[in-house]
Amino acid sequence: MLALEHVTVSYGTGLGRIFAASDVSFQVEEGASFGLVGESGSGKSTVLRAIAGLIPHAQGRVILAGREMSMRRSTAERKMVQMVFQDPYGSLHPNQTVDQTLSMPIAIHKLGDSDRRISSVLREVGLGREHRYRYPHQLSGGQRQRVAIARALVLEPRILLLDEPTSALDVSVQAEILNLLARLRRIHRLTLLMVSHDLAVIAHLCERIGVMSNGSLIELATADALASGKVSHGYTRQLLRSNRGFDRSGAEIVDVTS
Amino acid sequence: MSDAPLLTLRNLRVTYPGDEGDFVAVRNVSFDLGRERLGIVGESGSGKSTTGRAIMGLVASPGIVEADEMRLAGKDLTSLSERGFRRLRGKKVAMILQDPKYSLDPVMSVGQQIAETHRCHFRSSARAAQEAALEMLAAVHIRDPDRVYALYPHQVSGGMGQRVMIAMMLIAGPDLLIADEPTSALDVTVQHQVLAIMDDLVRSRGMGLILISHNLHLVSSFCDRVLVMYGGRVVETCMSGQLSKASHPYTRGLLASLPELGRRRAELPQLQRDPAWAEG
Repeated sequence: MLALEHVTVSYGTGLGRIFAASDVSFQVEEGASFGLVGESGSGKSTVLRAIAGLIPHAQGRVILAGREMSMRRSTAERKMVQMVFQDPYGSLHPNQTVDQTLSMPIAIHKLGDSDRRISSVLREVGLGREHRYRYPHQLSGGQRQRVAIARALVLEPRILLLDEPTSALDVSVQAEILNLLARLRRIHRLTLLMVSHDLAVIAHLCERIGVMSNGSLIELATADALASGKVSHGYTRQLLRSNRGFDRSGAEIVDVTS
Repeated sequence: MSDAPLLTLRNLRVTYPGDEGDFVAVRNVSFDLGRERLGIVGESGSGKSTTGRAIMGLVASPGIVEADEMRLAGKDLTSLSERGFRRLRGKKVAMILQDPKYSLDPVMSVGQQIAETHRCHFRSSARAAQEAALEMLAAVHIRDPDRVYALYPHQVSGGMGQRVMIAMMLIAGPDLLIADEPTSALDVTVQHQVLAIMDDLVRSRGMGLILISHNLHLVSSFCDRVLVMYGGRVVETCMSGQLSKASHPYTRGLLASLPELGRRRAELPQLQRDPAWAEG
C-alpha cells in the first residue's frame, strides 16, 4: 500500500547541509499500521510530511497504492493520504465552525452531498449534531481531536497519517481517541502510519515499529518483539527503559553541547 | 533537623468567583510535607498546579486562597502579605515550570540570570554572584560552565535549559522546590537526566520537593509518596511503588486506560467518571 525507497530530505548546502531524513526505506501493507518512534529532531515527522507530499524537494521514491508520486500530486492522489496533527488547538481554524471546517475539503475535492457526508462523519467520530455548529473554543481537547480526525476521514482516504495524535491529551481522553482510531481502521480498512514519542501508545496501535534517530531509521521491529525487549540497537533499549518510569540507570548524564 | 513538617496544609481552598457562581479549583486539600519527595498527579483541571501556586502565593486575583492552616518552615502563609511572599519566594520556596523556553528571559544570558537571582537574595557583589552562578552550573552537571554562562536561552537545548532553571531556583538555597511538569516538554531520555540531577540536589541539600505531573508512572517511580487529585480534591494517597495497589476507582481507571507495552488489548477501558468523586 505504501512504500518508501531511499527517502532523503536535506536542508542547506555544502558543509552546512543538514539531513532531516537520510535514506529511509520501509513498506506498509494495506490495512496494516506502522509506527515511527524517536525523539524530537529524529526525523519522524519529516518522513510523515514527505509521504503526505508536503516536502516537494524530498529525494527518493514514495510509492502509494502502487503508484510512484511525482513532485506535484493530482487531486486524487492527495485525497488518498490524509493527516491528523498533534495539536488540535493549533490545527483547527479558530474562526470557523466544525461545519465550515469539514465542508472545506468536500468543496475542494468537489465531492458534493456535503450535508450528508458531514453528519455521517461526525456520527462516526462520536460527535453529536449539537457539535456541528460550534467553534473550536467551544469544544474540549478530545472533541477537537475528533473534529481533526473527521476532517481527514471525510475525504475517505486509504492512508491516514497521524502525527502524535494523543500527546496533547489527558490519558483518559487518549484512551478514547486510541479506541476510536482502532475502530475506524477496522471499519474502513485504513492503512495507518503513526508517529509518537510514546512507545506504549505506538505498540498499542501498530504491529510494526520503526525507531528513528538523527534522521535515520535505525531499527525495525514488531510490537511484540519490542514488548519482550528483543531489540538489537542500544538506543532502542534506552527508549524502552525510559518508558518504564524513572530509573537511575536510564539517566546517564551526557552533556551534549547545545 | 526538627521533626516539625516543612509544609503543613489544612483544608486549602482556592475559589474563583464568577457570574454564574463560584468555581472551586481546589477543595479542602490537606497534607504535611517533610524533607521528602511528594508527587501530585491528576489530569488537566484537577487543581494540581493551582495547589502549587497557592503555596507560592501566586494565585492571581480574583482567585481567593483560604486555608485553616498553611505553614511553611514555621511561617504562617494564610495572613502573609504580597511583600511577605516576595521575601519567601526564592529563599524558602522556589518553582520550576514546564518549558524553559518561556520561563527564561530571552534577552539575557543564562549565566547573568542565575547571577541576578544570587544578587537579589544575598546582595552580593557582581563577582561573587558570577562565581556562585558558575558553581551552580557545575552542580547541575554542565561540563563547561564558562561557555554556557554566556549563552542565551535560544542557544541552549531543552534539557540544558531546564538544568539552568534548576540552577537558578536552587542558588538561593530554598527549603522547598515545587516542580510543575518540569520534564513534560523534554524527550524521554533527557527527562530522566533532569530528574536525576534534581533528585541529587534535593537530597544532598535536605530539601523538600513537590513534583506535579500528569504522568502517573513517572511520578510513582520518582517520589516517596503520591497524591492523586480529581476535581480539586485529593482522592487518594499512595506510597511509592504501590500505585498498582491503588483503591480509588479514579486512580484505577486512569491506570487501566494507559496503553502498556507487552499487554495488547483490542480496546482500552475508558474512564467512566462518577460525579461523586468530586463531592468526596
